[in-house]
Amino acid sequence: MTSLFRDVSTMTVRGLRLVSRDVDAVITAVLLPVVILLMFVLVFGGALDVGTDYINYVTPGVILLAAGFGAANTALAVEHDMSSGMVERLRSMPVTAWTVLSGHVAASLVKNLVTTAIVFGVSILMGFRPDATALEWLAVVGMILLFVGWITWLAALVGVLVRSPDAAGGFSFVVMFLPYVSSAFVPVDTLPSWMRGFAEHQPVTPVIETVRGLLAGDVVPAADPGGAAALAVVWCLVLGVTFAVAAGLAFRARR
Amino acid sequence: MGAIVTAEGLRKSFAKRGATSPPVLDGLDLELEEGSVLALLGPNGAGKTTTVRILATLLRPDAGRATVAGLDVVRDARRVREIISLTGQQVAVDARQTGAENLTMMGHLAHLPRRVVPDRVAELLTAFDLGDAASRRVDTYSGGMRRRLDLAAGLLTRPRIMFLDEPTTGLDPRSRQALWDVVRDVVEQGTSVFLTTQYLEEADRLARRVALVDGGRVVAEGTPAQLKSQVGEAGVELTLPSPSDAARLAPALDAATVDGARVRVPTDGSVAHVRSVLSTVEAVGVTPEHWEMRTPTLDDVFLTLTGHVGQTRTARTAEVAA
Ligand SMILES: Nc1ncnc2c1ncn2[C@@H]1O[C@H](COP(=O)(O)OP(=O)(O)O)[C@@H](O)[C@H]1O
Ligand SMILES: [Mg+2]
Repeated sequence: MTSLFRDVSTMTVRGLRLVSRDVDAVITAVLLPVVILLMFVLVFGGALDVGTDYINYVTPGVILLAAGFGAANTALAVEHDMSSGMVERLRSMPVTAWTVLSGHVAASLVKNLVTTAIVFGVSILMGFRPDATALEWLAVVGMILLFVGWITWLAALVGVLVRSPDAAGGFSFVVMFLPYVSSAFVPVDTLPSWMRGFAEHQPVTPVIETVRGLLAGDVVPAADPGGAAALAVVWCLVLGVTFAVAAGLAFRARR
Repeated sequence: MGAIVTAEGLRKSFAKRGATSPPVLDGLDLELEEGSVLALLGPNGAGKTTTVRILATLLRPDAGRATVAGLDVVRDARRVREIISLTGQQVAVDARQTGAENLTMMGHLAHLPRRVVPDRVAELLTAFDLGDAASRRVDTYSGGMRRRLDLAAGLLTRPRIMFLDEPTTGLDPRSRQALWDVVRDVVEQGTSVFLTTQYLEEADRLARRVALVDGGRVVAEGTPAQLKSQVGEAGVELTLPSPSDAARLAPALDAATVDGARVRVPTDGSVAHVRSVLSTVEAVGVTPEHWEMRTPTLDDVFLTLTGHVGQTRTARTAEVAA
């Protein structure tokens, strides 16, 4: 058990080092989300009527979109470890070799915390006025990490399964699609009807609604078991556990 | 001393269900004597990496049995991993970490006591001539430096058995020499080494015994000297103006073989024998355009022992990294 902890922390330190020294990953984590935020607010913001300042509406969506971009990076890193001989070496050692995956996932969580802080910072400079208590902020961060968690485990699974960096990169297309077909950027009822059904029943929408509500200070998640918050947490936990187990199994099966 | 690695009748096939392709390992047997070096010599695609992966617990054989220090590589995989190290065909170090960071990481993953990690890392960096580059990122290293770091990563725990899969493929002669020195040192300190290579010279320099593998089986096994004596220690090769000259000369020479206008005579390399070959050439009255001494190559060993020249190599040239 103690050696498992040591292995995971060793691999997390490594994951963070690799991410922070990867120019692509840094741009994806720092610059890209800010550019997207600016684009949505300055280019589309004027044309969209969402019943509140668009920046208040869109900030959570940009953060989740950034999580998707970041996850694509995790898929690439895992694929590289699988094909570069690193996993071969780890498997010949008395370590639980899949800790290589948890290292990447933990690094991704830390990376997304940084991205989240940057997006909130820029957004507040641009006029975003959240109305959340310290406890609600904590819940916001927790919700975002739960979301990043499942999407990163999915990325890890993809990284284990694919056989080329190109295929791992293609993953970003899929995860980017999810926030677009949700209430992240426009209210669901403005979507074409065939998309609406999907948007209302996919995990991004309740996560967005929960984060938005917490920031606006008008949702008390625990008091509303059937509401967005409970749904969001269940979605993230179920998907997170499923993809983590699947990634672990796929890792063991791939020889 | 006894055998520290044994393999008996190893079989492995990667064929998908329904597909028929020959097995990659087809009843492979071998033994590594404790404290020595065994070289598994064979062309690309012969099954060397597959053998190493089975012995290092990464792959289950379809049939057969292998042990490392008396432990079964399938049933006791976890305990086997505690006493071996594997330096695979691909260099497995992180380009975006420094040399020291890479080794430190491996030291922790190998579960060395925390407080000994820094000293052991420094010791290995110095021993592998990487002290000056310790705090530089690996993506600034040359191929030889990366390989040395890779090897050092396998030595943090002083393993009892070290598996090296084509450690010098793609290295320049100087780096190759440096790596050979490292392997000799490691063996001197008591580690047994299981090495794969495509180069006869490498097997010759390092290994006490060589196992020649082709088509997933060991086709010959012995000391380097024994193997080479089966091909003839060396040969005199004469290129004549025409095939008819070659045909005229060959019968006058002992055990000569003809290939177009070329005649090849096995020799022990002694002055007396070479002189007698050249005198015979004069006596027959042909004038070679060119002649040279040729030492046996891997292809010669193959030709003699399997009757084909690196068939697997030519058939699978596309799989350089296989
Ligand atoms: N994981 C695998 N899946 C399918 N085929 C494989 C796999 N590993 C090796 N092979 C095939 O097995 C043969 C022997 O490979 P290998 O053991 O790598 O040979 P060597 O190391 O001697 O070059 C090759 O034809 C290779 O394509
Ligand atoms: Mg190989």
